[in-house]
Amino acid sequence: MSPAIELIAINKSFGAVHANKDVNLSVARGTIHGIVGENGAGKSTLMSILYGFYEADSGEVRVNGNPIAIRSPIDAICAGIGMVHQHFMLVEPLSVVENVMLGAEGGAMLRAGEAKVRAELARLAKDYGLEIDVDATVGDLSVGLQQRVEILKALYRGADILILDEPTAVLTPPEADALFGLLRSLKEQGKTVILITHKLREIMAITDRVSVMRRGEMVATVETANTSPPELAELMVGRRVLLRVEKAEKTPGAPLLEVENLSVVDSRGVLRVANASFTVRAGEIVGIAGVAGNGQSELLEAIAGMRQPVLGSIRLEGKAIHSSEHNPHSMRQLGLLHVPEDRLRTGLVPAFPAFESAILGFSHEPHLGRGPILDHDRLVEDLAKKMEQYDVRPPAPRLKSSKFSGGNQQKIVLAREIERNPKVLLVGQPTRGVDIGAIEFIHRRLIALRDAGVGILLVSVELDEIMNLSDRILTMCGGKITGERKASLTNEQELGLLMAGVVDEAA
Amino acid sequence: MSAPLDLPRWADTVLVPAISVVAAFLVAGLVVLAIGENPLTATRWLLQGSLGTGEGLGFTLFYMTDFIFVGLAVAVAYHAGLFNIGGEGQATLAGLGIALVLNNLTFLPGFLLIPLGILGAAAFGALWAAIPGYLQAKRGSHIVITTIMFNWLASVLIVYLLVNVLREPQSMNPETRAFPEQSYIPFMHDVFGAFGIEIPNSQLNLTLVLALAAAYFVWLLIYRSRLGYAIRVVGSNPSAAVYAGISPARIIIIAMVISGALAGGLAVNELMGYQHRLLLEFTSGYGFVGIAVALMGRAHPAGIILASLLFGILYQGGAELAFEQPAITRDMVVVIGGIIILFAGALDGLFRRLVAHLFARQKLARV
Repeated sequence: MSPAIELIAINKSFGAVHANKDVNLSVARGTIHGIVGENGAGKSTLMSILYGFYEADSGEVRVNGNPIAIRSPIDAICAGIGMVHQHFMLVEPLSVVENVMLGAEGGAMLRAGEAKVRAELARLAKDYGLEIDVDATVGDLSVGLQQRVEILKALYRGADILILDEPTAVLTPPEADALFGLLRSLKEQGKTVILITHKLREIMAITDRVSVMRRGEMVATVETANTSPPELAELMVGRRVLLRVEKAEKTPGAPLLEVENLSVVDSRGVLRVANASFTVRAGEIVGIAGVAGNGQSELLEAIAGMRQPVLGSIRLEGKAIHSSEHNPHSMRQLGLLHVPEDRLRTGLVPAFPAFESAILGFSHEPHLGRGPILDHDRLVEDLAKKMEQYDVRPPAPRLKSSKFSGGNQQKIVLAREIERNPKVLLVGQPTRGVDIGAIEFIHRRLIALRDAGVGILLVSVELDEIMNLSDRILTMCGGKITGERKASLTNEQELGLLMAGVVDEAA
Repeated sequence: MSAPLDLPRWADTVLVPAISVVAAFLVAGLVVLAIGENPLTATRWLLQGSLGTGEGLGFTLFYMTDFIFVGLAVAVAYHAGLFNIGGEGQATLAGLGIALVLNNLTFLPGFLLIPLGILGAAAFGALWAAIPGYLQAKRGSHIVITTIMFNWLASVLIVYLLVNVLREPQSMNPETRAFPEQSYIPFMHDVFGAFGIEIPNSQLNLTLVLALAAAYFVWLLIYRSRLGYAIRVVGSNPSAAVYAGISPARIIIIAMVISGALAGGLAVNELMGYQHRLLLEFTSGYGFVGIAVALMGRAHPAGIILASLLFGILYQGGAELAFEQPAITRDMVVVIGGIIILFAGALDGLFRRLVAHLFARQKLARV
């Protein structure tokens, strides 16, 4: 039997960037095939070629053994290929039925098409266990159900081959489990699934085979049963990496950051953080686990002084922070530094050369210049030193900030904050969009800071990261802190339930 | 992913604008052709009239002085993410400031009166820009709307004051009496004459030097100072500014104050350097030309100086052209200016993309 998908010697360049170099890939029918690789390894480009967003410069695509030309997503859909994007392509005010119909209305009037969609959705629900309220407004559905609508859309259009791009990035662990259950039942029905992800745990849990990309090339395709996360990580990066940074047990010291009954309301008047209370001590990492959008971002911003809380108080080193001091500038002076969640929108200025981004928040410091004028040579020199210490590549302080990869941008931000000797460090999503090799480096730095007695508050949507780094873990759901656990005494299942808002009996 | 739009600096700042100007002149040439005139003759008159004679050159540089100030004004606001199109109004008010200072302190000697007059211009221009700045920063009123409204307010206010308050009783013209003579900024031909160098008479005066100094100051401010850093952070990434503890509201007001003060330079050149009295509509719409100048100069002082020279050539050469070839009216010259603005501003991205594409291809060919 010929494979569902065959890509033969695919090449694609963007200007001088060779995004795909002679890539070969063969995906057997009725399997779940994982594709892993660092950011910029060429996974998305390859899938975009398969789905018709880009045309390859050279190479051949075969579907079920037949060479075909895919020039647009419509060609892909006709060939039975469906894609679920990381960012959903849904119209939120419309219902599930209307979303599924979109682009396949079948005529000027909607009635006939709608009946067909309803019948087909009922069949899909029966065959795959894809139950959903077809008249619900998509905007009201949970993220997991919205993703289900995307999958239904693809299946409705007759997809035999389903491509999922980082499908679990926005899901809670229980939702991710539900998704995996669904993918398995699709496989049993003979569908082929291609799963793009950077989470090795998921690759191990669900795929049959896995292909690894590095720098535009396909470096290996292996049976999942015959490989291991460390081996995959090594293939992705090209050298050995530690997936789990060792840290010694340590007794935390005095309370550094005390947050009491903090409540935050956003600009639309929605309560984002409700009555949060917790303490971060010297020499400990407190992790906040939660699905993205459950108030963690607002909590960090409120502590840093970027937002004014409506209620509650903050103490730093036992000293109450008065509302007049509760702004980013004063908080920095007091030793509370902040690695923000969104590097590109907040942590640096993409259009600035790196050496200018490297003083964001500190441009007032007297030693950076003379009087009102900044000493650029000095800034460049300072950053060059830091770039060496933090292994930033390329070590070019005058290069535009946006030209660095995610990992290197993050190192620039981390270097800026860490080198100013924080007492308390707020860290948001330290490794989002960061390559595996850099993740290890960043994790080591954070552990070293903790060992040096800094109190760290860590927010991440990567549960693995939270569990690896934290001494204590708080879970957040709907703006509330739903539980607190010692990291060594909990597990993913328990945290998953707490993140989903299941009431914590122990609390 | 799209093709990277990275260009070497020289291509970005010189090549692309040059291509825009050439393209604009080609299209303008077609327009001239369409009305039955010879575009080559027209071009010759344009260049001859603006650069070919010492007098023409003097006028060209005089206009250039105006354009540098208003271009810098637009650029400083632009770096803070603001589109200040109130240069007209700010310059008009600056003229009022000059008149109030000079005609009330007539007893002062020139070396005091001239700096005070310039300060008066800067202060009044700054004030007229600070109000829209405040409204933007604290009330969220869009700066484009408010600065347009403030242009109207300024023009109506100045008519009222010149007709009812500041006019000399025996004069029929809506203008103030002449400024005291010691407050005149010296003409360039007089300055050179004092050193025994003969240059043709023109309106060109020492304000040009002030304009060039202002350009250097703006460069230092925007690209080298802590304040300029804060201005650029606010302009390119407001949420990063909040994170950095920079108050966008404060920076918006400061940037508008500096912008308005720079727009006041137009009044200094026109009134203290040439007209020597406050009169109606001395700004002649140059405040709007500043937008084109800043756009074309990519909001960089060096680019603004070059763009100002180009527009100076266009204005002076255009006047000569209209005189020599009556079929090409003053309006025609405005059309040509408009085409240049269109190409240098709105269509700039088109040429940039094209050039970037060629560069990328060349690079690939070399690999």
